[in-house]
Amino acid sequence: MEFLTDIWNWFPAEIQNVVWILVKIVAIVLPLIIAVAYFTYAERKIIGYMQVRIGPNRVGPKGWLQPFADVFKLIFKEVTVPAGASKFLFLMAPLLSLGPALAAWAVMPFDAHMVLSDVNAGLLYILALTSVAVYGVIIAGWASNSKYALLGAMRSAAQIVSYEIAMGFALVGVLVAAGSLNLGDIILAQEGSMAHWFVWPLFPLFLVYFISGVAETNRAPFDVAEGESEIVAGFHVEYSGTAFAVFFLAEYANMILIAALTAIMFLGGWLSPFQGTFLEGAFSWVPGIFWFIFKSMFVAFFFLWFRATFPRYRYDQIMRLGWKVFIPITIVWIVLVAVAQVYDMPWWFD
Amino acid sequence: MLANYLPVIIFIAVGMVIGAVVLFAGMLLGPHKPYGEKNTPFECGFEAFEDARMKFDVRYYLVAILFIIFDLEIAFLFPWAVVLDDIGVVGMLAMFVFLGVLVVGFIYEWKKGALEWE
Repeated sequence: MEFLTDIWNWFPAEIQNVVWILVKIVAIVLPLIIAVAYFTYAERKIIGYMQVRIGPNRVGPKGWLQPFADVFKLIFKEVTVPAGASKFLFLMAPLLSLGPALAAWAVMPFDAHMVLSDVNAGLLYILALTSVAVYGVIIAGWASNSKYALLGAMRSAAQIVSYEIAMGFALVGVLVAAGSLNLGDIILAQEGSMAHWFVWPLFPLFLVYFISGVAETNRAPFDVAEGESEIVAGFHVEYSGTAFAVFFLAEYANMILIAALTAIMFLGGWLSPFQGTFLEGAFSWVPGIFWFIFKSMFVAFFFLWFRATFPRYRYDQIMRLGWKVFIPITIVWIVLVAVAQVYDMPWWFD
Repeated sequence: MLANYLPVIIFIAVGMVIGAVVLFAGMLLGPHKPYGEKNTPFECGFEAFEDARMKFDVRYYLVAILFIIFDLEIAFLFPWAVVLDDIGVVGMLAMFVFLGVLVVGFIYEWKKGALEWE
């Protein structure tokens, strides 16, 4: 043990620092990937029960090992690159969609002082990274040299950028109310009790943000990008094996990310829901990270619920909802929130 | 201050590396037996009969242009929203003028039919 600490101290401080950061990143990414794996399992199970089926139940007890079986299957499948595809871009596209989906977690506050990098422009960083993800989709569709892939990519890109506007406006509302871009400060601005959470004063923005999040991640009922009954699988029709798995991983990681962000910006993040009530003391032993995960899972459940219950929108309906409904709603609400903030109207805007 | 961003940069690199590792694991462990038909792009059982990089609807282009305008608008609103408490009523009204100009443009494009997808 002494020997190991000697070796550790022998390294210069900069390298020690980088190693520490890497250890922390692994501590974030590993649970995240396991969460993604079991989110796919939860999706199949929950949708199964909603449709009065059982869902996967063969691999391991009650099907609990199903995600691992899926991973091993995908790893041993051939990765095909279609003739006429731009090989470099074709293989680069999945990385471009997975990289941002994981990297956004760098600024995520899991608990009061549990955050990898407490940067001031946290929300701006996340907005930037979620915008980068659209490159993965476009490049994948273009590089495949397939008509379905190109059509899916065009649809998906137009849809993502349309909903990104509504999403951005919803974030502006949160910023006005919180007065900071730092995610930790946004949570602290909601401190007090459940009635201080931004979900109440910003309720329309909460709805717009979450529905835009569903559209951004190309999930049902906005999944025309994949639209398996019309354009087979959209932008990733030509991908197989692990190249497909990376896209899949990115899609689910993005869903969990949107759920976590919704929990942070509207549902008080790691704050206890019993704050300010007589139950506060009884639940004070529960760590904040538990509430954060619980709220994120609660929001993530809606992604699965939507998929089980809503039929797919038509493309013109999707674009109409994004441009003609969400953008006017958010602009009006930003004006109202700004007035409330400047004149210190209710307690949310102190 | 800038040191705060070191973990962010490392995290982005790690994210890309994880994707690359998964990709290479698949290429290494999976079979690799390409032949002509397998490598043709999917086309419902037909032979592909023209280049896939075809013309597409100009409306996608229009959406992209409108997106740039609105996204820039959001980029302007972000710093305004953060300091709204300090700049007070004057700052708020100044941004409302700006928003008003944007709304006029929005109404114009709506009436012109730029948002129609029928």
